[in-house]
Amino acid sequence: MSGGTMSNGRYWIAHNAGVLTAVVLFAVMFTLYVSNHSAGLTPAVATTAANKAVLLALVAMAQTLPVLTRGLDLSVGMVFVMTNCIASAIVVGSVGEGLLGVVAVLAIGALAGFVNGAIVVWGRLQPIITTLATGAVYYGIALFIRPSPGGDVQSDIADLLTGQLFGTVPAALVVLLGVVLVIWIPYRRSVLGRAAYAVGSNEQAAYMSGVPVQRAKLLAYTLAGLLAAVGGLMLTFNTYSGEASAPIAGAYTLNSIAAVVIGGTSLFGGWGSAIGSIFGAFVLRTIEDLLFVFDLPPLWQPLFQGVVLLVAVSLGAFRILRVRNRLELFT
Amino acid sequence: MTGVDTGATRGPSLAGRLGVDRSVAIAFGCILLILAAGALYSPAFLSPEYLLQQLQVGAFLGIIASGAMMVILLGHIDLSIPWVVTLGAMMATAMVGWGGAAGVWLCIPFGVLCGALVGTLNGFGVAYLRLPSMIFTLGMNAVVQGLMVLHTGGFAPQDQATRAMHFLAVQRSLFGIPNALFVWALVGLVVIYVLKRTAFGRAVYAVGNRESAAYLSGVSTNRVLIGCFAFSGAMAAFAGVLLAGYSNKAYQNMGDAYLLPAIAAVVLGGTNILGGRGNYLGTIAGVILITLLQSILSVMQMPEAGRQVIYGCVIILMLLIYGRGAKARS
Repeated sequence: MSGGTMSNGRYWIAHNAGVLTAVVLFAVMFTLYVSNHSAGLTPAVATTAANKAVLLALVAMAQTLPVLTRGLDLSVGMVFVMTNCIASAIVVGSVGEGLLGVVAVLAIGALAGFVNGAIVVWGRLQPIITTLATGAVYYGIALFIRPSPGGDVQSDIADLLTGQLFGTVPAALVVLLGVVLVIWIPYRRSVLGRAAYAVGSNEQAAYMSGVPVQRAKLLAYTLAGLLAAVGGLMLTFNTYSGEASAPIAGAYTLNSIAAVVIGGTSLFGGWGSAIGSIFGAFVLRTIEDLLFVFDLPPLWQPLFQGVVLLVAVSLGAFRILRVRNRLELFT
Repeated sequence: MTGVDTGATRGPSLAGRLGVDRSVAIAFGCILLILAAGALYSPAFLSPEYLLQQLQVGAFLGIIASGAMMVILLGHIDLSIPWVVTLGAMMATAMVGWGGAAGVWLCIPFGVLCGALVGTLNGFGVAYLRLPSMIFTLGMNAVVQGLMVLHTGGFAPQDQATRAMHFLAVQRSLFGIPNALFVWALVGLVVIYVLKRTAFGRAVYAVGNRESAAYLSGVSTNRVLIGCFAFSGAMAAFAGVLLAGYSNKAYQNMGDAYLLPAIAAVVLGGTNILGGRGNYLGTIAGVILITLLQSILSVMQMPEAGRQVIYGCVIILMLLIYGRGAKARS
């Protein structure tokens, strides 16, 4: 497909145009934010911004995996909130006990994702409606554990992961980098990771070519649950408590979809990357911070945020300018 | 094999002509099952008063689901429902203050019109900008939310419902049947007529099955898309107006509780979430099912946590019985 006319570099740029747009957008907005912030770019400012942004980035990464297989996970926000509540109950005590709790929370998140995947693959239900229903179940479990906000978390681990490394680098960013290196990159290079892209492009063709369709989907949903659980853990480390909040869960689910789209991943599957979603999430979070430093009247903030979101997702409409045959519009 | 499978084209039998296919029959069976379970708990569940009460509450969901169904039949989804419901309620109540004497008469049409306007914009984004409906309506929801926050915060508008809204939503003027039920029946008849007896309805199924094929057959698919999204917006706003009448005022977040039940009701009624298949009888069954399920769980004083878990499990179980897709190898 690259052909002889396109050099490797140009092909790479064309392939990653969505991600690059998100990166540039984020760089411009963050520069604007820092240059207008009264304190400038201090480690404290960066850490506060990173701690908030990493939560959405993790949930957006989680959303990316099912979307790549042409699915969707409307329960990521609920898994995020559920693991937050569970973590606030079991990640306590000594450092060792806390670490054990962390492992348990991650396992629960992965299990929740696996259940989604199992219903989609073996139950053959549509991902949208499946995750809508399982989301209600996960939210019920969260409410069961935390009928009212509260709980605690192992403070040594929490302080380590939400503070700064060597007094400069926000630890949350290191966690995010770790997740990318340990989960996303190996997944992207694995057989099942490539299979996920194939399934997203054309499931029938992938099946006919002997691609392990079912295992690819199962793994995508399971990893989505795992990543959402990492997000839930980080939320607990930030807030030192658990809260079964439906608005928080809903907001994270919806923003994760927006972040995925801004990061250049196609909702029709088979195209995109979790790296793009991370920067999509950073863009969304920086919008909020920008409103703060520019002192926009609070009443106008929701409208401004909404308009920016709508304009950002409408950027995808530029593809219709490249369409030569009207029938291509319908795919 | 007919490309347009509305249920009515399937066979000459009476059940088929009425749109009773397997999923609709199972959905109605589940309603009976829930009623039986409720009756075991307390005989009051079968009293006409309780059932009418449920239907009255269900009417609001039914009106929203009517709009949602038209969009889902196209293979799209309308995620802007929550704030369009609120928009309808707030614009209608505020119109009373703005319009003076005429406002009392104009308020309900004005609220519905605002919803239709947002729906038209949704349709424009999906039809002409070719953006995925899931993400465009999501953005529109955020914009409408912003507008409503501005509206309530900046100008301290009138938010009390009028007598007409109260009349439509709460009162019972004929044989003790709630007026809201008549409103839902009217909306339902319009939807059934449009889907079964008009070219537009045929085009809705055609676009839902394969938009490119419908386009090549001469259907102006963009007009169908915009029409359905506008209808969905109008119905969400109309339900918002009625809800304002029901609770006597408009308030923020009043639509949040309706998005997921509306989609669940449509899908439980046998409408394919990928579009192209489904009939209104199923949606009626789905709405009643969801309403009864919610009501019974709350009457049994089940804590919210258990309610959510059971609610989710029932939806999954029912769909596993009849909503499964085809195997990849077929």
